Amino acid sequence: MSFEALAITWFVLEGVLLCGYAILDGFDLGVGILHPFVPRTDLERRISMNSIGPLWDGNEVWLVTFGGALFAAFPEGYATVFSGFYTAFMLLLVALISRAVSMEFRSKMASPAWRRFWDWAFFGGSFTATLLFGVAVGNAMLGVPIDANGNVTGTVVDQLGPYPLLVGAMTVALFAMHGGLFLYLKTEGEFQQRLREWMWRSWGLFMVFFMLTTVATVAFIPRATENFRSFPWAIVVVVGTILAVANIPRCLYRDRPGLAFLSSAGVIAGLVALFGLALYPNLVTAAGDPSRSVTVFNAASSPKTLGIMLVIAAVGMPFVLTYSGVIYWTFRGKVKLSEHSY
Amino acid sequence: MDAVTLSRIQFAVSIGFHYIFPLLTIGLGVVLVWLEGWFLKTKDPIYETAARFWTKVFALNFAIGVATGIVMEFQFGTNWSTYSRFVGDVFGSALAAEGIFAFFLESGFLAILVFGWDRVGPKMHFFATLMVSLGSIFSSIWIVVANSWQQTPAGHHVVPVLRDGVPLLRDGQPVMRAEITDFWAMVFNPSTVHRLVHVWIGAFLVGAFFVMSIAAWYLLKGRHTEFARRSFDGALVLATVSALAMLVSGHGQAGMVYRHQPAKLAAFEGHYVTGPADLSLFGFPDDATQTVKLRVAVPGGLGLLLHGDPGRPVVGLDRFRPEDRPPVGLSFQSYHLMVALGMAFIGLTLLASFLRWRGTLYETRWLLWLFVPAVVLPIVANEVGWAAAEVGRQPWIVHPPVTWNADGTDVVVGPEGRVVYDERVGLRTLEAASPNVSAGQVLGSLVGFGFIYLALGAVWVFVLHRKIQHGPDEAPPGEGAADDGALAAAGLRAVHEGRLTGGEDRG
Ligand code: HDD
Ligand code: HEM
Ligand code: HEM
Repeated sequence: MSFEALAITWFVLEGVLLCGYAILDGFDLGVGILHPFVPRTDLERRISMNSIGPLWDGNEVWLVTFGGALFAAFPEGYATVFSGFYTAFMLLLVALISRAVSMEFRSKMASPAWRRFWDWAFFGGSFTATLLFGVAVGNAMLGVPIDANGNVTGTVVDQLGPYPLLVGAMTVALFAMHGGLFLYLKTEGEFQQRLREWMWRSWGLFMVFFMLTTVATVAFIPRATENFRSFPWAIVVVVGTILAVANIPRCLYRDRPGLAFLSSAGVIAGLVALFGLALYPNLVTAAGDPSRSVTVFNAASSPKTLGIMLVIAAVGMPFVLTYSGVIYWTFRGKVKLSEHSY
Repeated sequence: MDAVTLSRIQFAVSIGFHYIFPLLTIGLGVVLVWLEGWFLKTKDPIYETAARFWTKVFALNFAIGVATGIVMEFQFGTNWSTYSRFVGDVFGSALAAEGIFAFFLESGFLAILVFGWDRVGPKMHFFATLMVSLGSIFSSIWIVVANSWQQTPAGHHVVPVLRDGVPLLRDGQPVMRAEITDFWAMVFNPSTVHRLVHVWIGAFLVGAFFVMSIAAWYLLKGRHTEFARRSFDGALVLATVSALAMLVSGHGQAGMVYRHQPAKLAAFEGHYVTGPADLSLFGFPDDATQTVKLRVAVPGGLGLLLHGDPGRPVVGLDRFRPEDRPPVGLSFQSYHLMVALGMAFIGLTLLASFLRWRGTLYETRWLLWLFVPAVVLPIVANEVGWAAAEVGRQPWIVHPPVTWNADGTDVVVGPEGRVVYDERVGLRTLEAASPNVSAGQVLGSLVGFGFIYLALGAVWVFVLHRKIQHGPDEAPPGEGAADDGALAAAGLRAVHEGRLTGGEDRG
């Protein structure tokens, strides 16, 4: 394969990893976002956490692998993004840590204050992480100032503009909906009924932010739409995403929650794909001076390394998919708790 | 303090904290495989009880390991962007391989290990345990490969970065980066195998001492004695073998370090002047006088260990320009603490094994009391071992090669009588940090992590303490195998077990 082909392949593979991450961790972040609102009793809170108990860590590995692969395939991109968004990344780390340990620690003591503390840490971590992911996408769409040496300038305050925050809000609504649908599949009875209204609410909220974001993108980010002219087939993705969004209420009416969950996974996949299409060939778009942008081609590793990584991925990913499948299958079905549990 | 110093402190704090947990994971993983293997073989329920108990402890450690590991993965980019640009082509593939080969395996099967006791049969459960243990060992492989490469780089060349066919300049200088030329030479660079073996043995020691600590405590309190004896017996074997193997492996490490990073070994030993070298046991190196104060040493010992000849000269710090020398005091003390602890482990485990053979170990209460806090020691030994390896690597973040003369008796030096490193193929730590990250930002994150880690450490100790107080469930719950009819009950069980570690509070 030529260098260009390899670099593009890795851009696509990064997209696949990001997509896997957003769909899988998306639902467990969503469960965290809904945590203070939907479950009312201690029992229900435990059901909520237990629904993702065996799964969240494996889901998060998609992010770790996305990061590792970015480091390997596009070191320049990895270095620019991570150092340029220093403070945001540190906040993200704090959020991810508090999420991970809150699930682990919550059940270890019966004290209500102890449990309340970890409930909020779980929510705070999930909410903040989701918001930051959205903000990151927003900034990537907008472009950031880059100096002559290829380093991002500006502070975290500059990075919290209205457009990034809007994308952040959309992501929170999207993951809340996605997590709500997942939880619906895992629960029964009154708790499950209560989820219905939250699924509607988060869907509605998502629709509002989704439309606002679309309008803002078309109005303010010309290069996002320019790409669609070079890739006419991208219209299929746009239509597919919109159909998937519309399919969710249809499935909810017809009481097909499984399909609704798949549709919301489809929405996430569609949005990630559109994001990639809008970005290409840039990894980091330089605001103002396009010649400073970090692109797929000027950030890539040597063809040799890209090739080695392709072999690593080709050998490793089938295993990953196989045992991920085994694990999701092992933990299928409803979460059950009874009065007699500890 | 400047951003580089703060970033170094932050790196040291965060890796030092992260590293505690992989040690326990790798070490306890071996213990779990051993217990479940015996359960499968003998069907003696006591092994299952023990495995279930250690699984919960394992999962608690694992969760914190995961939470702190992500910090490490991000930190290369956030704090060390110049370094990331330089090494990404080589280093990144090891990190990506770690994600694909190790973390997925580990985190996936962990779900079955922790939540799956009654969802899958005992054979499948054993398989999951084996995979988790393997996964944790795999992840140590890739990360240690990456670290070893920056200590003793190989299988690569350093070339200018091209943009549209012309070299990219920054501040008038061509930007260089390392690119892989030979993947396997990169993976098996001169220090990988030595370091890996050493790190694994270190982890086994931690796992074994951890089990012995808790078991000794139960024995002293007269609780769960049968469980505690079995656990202690197994762990003692592992600890004794590991302690002895450590000496052999450490000796190999030292020889390797001398060949590739002679300044580091000279700093370890406070060996200032090239010539016959003693083996220090104790002392305080003093750069001003170029001597080791209050020194206790075996005359000619270092020469004997390195060359088999006490009289043969050993390269000292005087062969290196002052700006190319690592900080001697810290390297010396951390290295010597590690070695001293290694010797102490040999003594302690041999004594305990002897008493076990005589059949009086479990009556020797003072020794059991010693084992309760002793778990801290191998953790300390591991931490200071890394401190020695990493501080001794300074001032380099990627160490350039050292050339030896034809008969291998001395390093090749320049006109001043000092080694002239090829600056282009190495990278100095001072130049490796992110230029656009300010000291204030790093200070903020450092203080933040400091608080979070302190709090996490405290909660971890607290929860662990409660778990140990609670102890294993004496009556092993029902049969493990799940058929369809048992699935509903299995769902219940999964929830009983709670979170990753399970164990809802009963009190
Ligand atoms: C329980 C832990 C433990 C114990 C008892 C020892 N070590 Fe160790 N040592 C480590 C844990 C460790 C480590 C944490 O795993 C290090 C850090 C980096 C590495 O490669 O392994 C290390 C590094 C390390 C290095 C530096 C490698 C480098 O800089 O590249 C040397 C020369 C030794 N060790 C030698 C020894 C000797 C002679 C010991 C005597 C028994 C010994 N170690 C005991
Ligand atoms: C600076 C380098 C390091 C980085 C970037 C790093 C990265 C990570 C990450 C991202 C995780 C979480 C994986 C998950 O989500 O499941 C993790 C966990 C782990 N790391 Fe590290 N790590 C580093 C150092 C080390 C070292 C030196 C070792 C062992 C020798 C090690 C062994 C492990 C193991 C066994 C785990 C599994 C979880 C656990 O045991 O707690 N890591 N690491
Ligand atoms: C797990 C055990 C480890 C410990 C305890 C450890 C310890 C340290 C310490 C104390 C420093 C600061 C040294 C100084 O600035 O004087 C440092 C720096 C560093 N280490 Fe490690 N390290 C470990 C593993 C690793 C691994 C596995 C890698 C790479 C894969 C790594 C890469 C680095 C880097 C990039 C720096 C920062 C630059 C520097 O100061 O040299 N370390 N480490």
